[in-house]
Amino acid sequence: MRPITAHTGRAAVLRRSGVDTDQIVPAEFCKRLTKTGYADVLFHTWRQDPWFELNDPARASASVLLTGPDFGTGSSREHAVWALRDWGFAVVIAANFGDIFRRNALKNGLLAVSLPADTVSGLCDLAERDADLEIDTDLHRCEVRAGGLTHPFDLDRRARQLLMAGLDEIDSTLSREAAIEAYERDRPAWLPAVGTADSELLARAEP
Amino acid sequence: MTAAGPTAVTDAGTAGTPRTLLDKVWDAHVVEHADTGDDLLYVDLHLVHEASSPQAFDGLRSAGRRPRRPDLTLGVEDHNVPTASLRLADPLSRLQVEALRRNTTEHGIELFRLGDPRQGIAHVVAPEQGYVQPGMTIVCGDSHTSTLGAFGALAFGVGSSDVEHILATQTLPLARPEAMAVEFTGSLPAGVTAKDIILALLAEVGANGAHGHVIEYRGEPIGALSMEERMTVCNMSIEVGARAGLIAPDQTTVAYLEHRPHAPRGRQWEDALAYWAGLRSDSDAGFGRSVTLDVSELTPHVTWGTNPGQAVPLSGAVPDPEQFADPVAQAAARRALAYMDLRPGTPMTDIGVDVVFLGSCTNGRLADLRAAAEVLRGRRVADGVRMLVVPGSGQTRRDAEAEGLDRVFRMAGAEWRLPGCSMCMGMNEDRLSGAERCASTSNRNYEGRQGPQARTHLVSPAVAAATAVVGRLASPAALS
Repeated sequence: MRPITAHTGRAAVLRRSGVDTDQIVPAEFCKRLTKTGYADVLFHTWRQDPWFELNDPARASASVLLTGPDFGTGSSREHAVWALRDWGFAVVIAANFGDIFRRNALKNGLLAVSLPADTVSGLCDLAERDADLEIDTDLHRCEVRAGGLTHPFDLDRRARQLLMAGLDEIDSTLSREAAIEAYERDRPAWLPAVGTADSELLARAEP
Repeated sequence: MTAAGPTAVTDAGTAGTPRTLLDKVWDAHVVEHADTGDDLLYVDLHLVHEASSPQAFDGLRSAGRRPRRPDLTLGVEDHNVPTASLRLADPLSRLQVEALRRNTTEHGIELFRLGDPRQGIAHVVAPEQGYVQPGMTIVCGDSHTSTLGAFGALAFGVGSSDVEHILATQTLPLARPEAMAVEFTGSLPAGVTAKDIILALLAEVGANGAHGHVIEYRGEPIGALSMEERMTVCNMSIEVGARAGLIAPDQTTVAYLEHRPHAPRGRQWEDALAYWAGLRSDSDAGFGRSVTLDVSELTPHVTWGTNPGQAVPLSGAVPDPEQFADPVAQAAARRALAYMDLRPGTPMTDIGVDVVFLGSCTNGRLADLRAAAEVLRGRRVADGVRMLVVPGSGQTRRDAEAEGLDRVFRMAGAEWRLPGCSMCMGMNEDRLSGAERCASTSNRNYEGRQGPQARTHLVSPAVAAATAVVGRLASPAALS
């Protein structure tokens, strides 16, 4: 993953709460086998409405999404993150996020930044008035800056490290191989293994 | 930085800080603690299905990696499968299923294919086969993995990148979530079900009201539930926004597991029993949050809106958004009512439905089918209403047929179908058409969840059956 230390961009505002991942990418588009090429299906149903916020030509270049609380709840589909990223978003700012969405975002270098609800609301007011407003998201200082104001945010150390170093997380875990092997040696014998059922019992379970 | 094997847990509570059930399961799976504050957690069982795994296998392949533990990985075809026949007609669904077949074959991973007698919804078949046991860590690229917490296993959903990470390493780096106690008191009145318990909790704390937490469901009403019912409660933990839900194992858990194909046997069964006995929160363990709900006066619940927290008693009415104090909830309610085409004050039992769906990982098990069949026996599905009954697995289907439940459903005019995720979400042939309204035993009433424009009311199996008979949202009590 490419390292990310900061992002500056214009905002689109979506004042809705509880935007679940089914809205971000409906299930019928989760049949694709790729990780890219989802820009066309982002908010697919809502975009049928010409007045939907993301259809505003003035917001076409937006790379920061300001939105309501509980964004990205529900289904674990990573397609939601891939679609936001493919559309051109680099940052999503909301009061809070679905836990799985937030984790998926991190894995794809999409910054999911939590700020207090009234701060998000204030940023929405500013961005709605001025489509050219630039919003800075700074991972070094862990702050969002816009309209002359600075808003600090929390980001756990691991997330920050992954994003700023652009680490391949699997590589970094594989470097801990010795610890994984040691753990595996001590796993209790009664834990199940897949595909090794007692054949007699299996037969009884499948009349 | 030592690997703490699960054997350490039975001594817990006698020394050191009191621990929650979450702590005990977590501690037993820490491979290594990292200086960034998170733990490398070992995964005992990894379930993979066709919808969230193709990108993960591709990633593995392009990095030249292989799955570390195919023997701890189980593949299941469930999201895309048809339930009317075994023919996978949709070309995109077929491609996705074929990718899973290729990937599991290439890596020697067991797969429950469409048509296999063990096939069904991942969260139904894994426990049925005895793969889900107390104290395990279980992960799947599916948010409803929380279902399996009913066994006292830490079970949660992840995205495709984490699926790839688990395939490659059998671990996940994770920060320990906070535990939240949801304590139920009183005793559940007759005719009120596990689904009503979880819908009532949702109505109380709201969708995402437990976010960042792992819920432990506690109290006598939980202990009185069967494993099937406990799975219903834990299933919708994700709807409450929780990372996972947990219920401490007890005799009900042990009785369910004994003699399952993959349950331990002989000496190992004894060892496991001894270990499971220690899997409960210490009496003085602290929880980050606590909620208490008395279930004594609980009545059947139903959702009116487009998130599962928008639920009311079935005897109630569509709420008036103007009555919500919180402006965010007010706006959400207004939007939901417009989508659902409902007016404030309408009694819930006045709402007519086009379709009734009985099934899903929430309510597609034998106990659910029995509860619905009991209501339908000797009755007919109302004219103009279509009812789909979709068992959660091939095993469930055979068990139900052995009891004659399929005949009850067929004679009532309902469709008796093959196992799969079906009408829970729009990835297969089972979808609502246009703005049809559905009483559904599934878990999400989101906009478009059961098809574009579709309107969903979440209900229990008993309420689903009564609704099918009346043609409007109805409680079984209203039939007598």
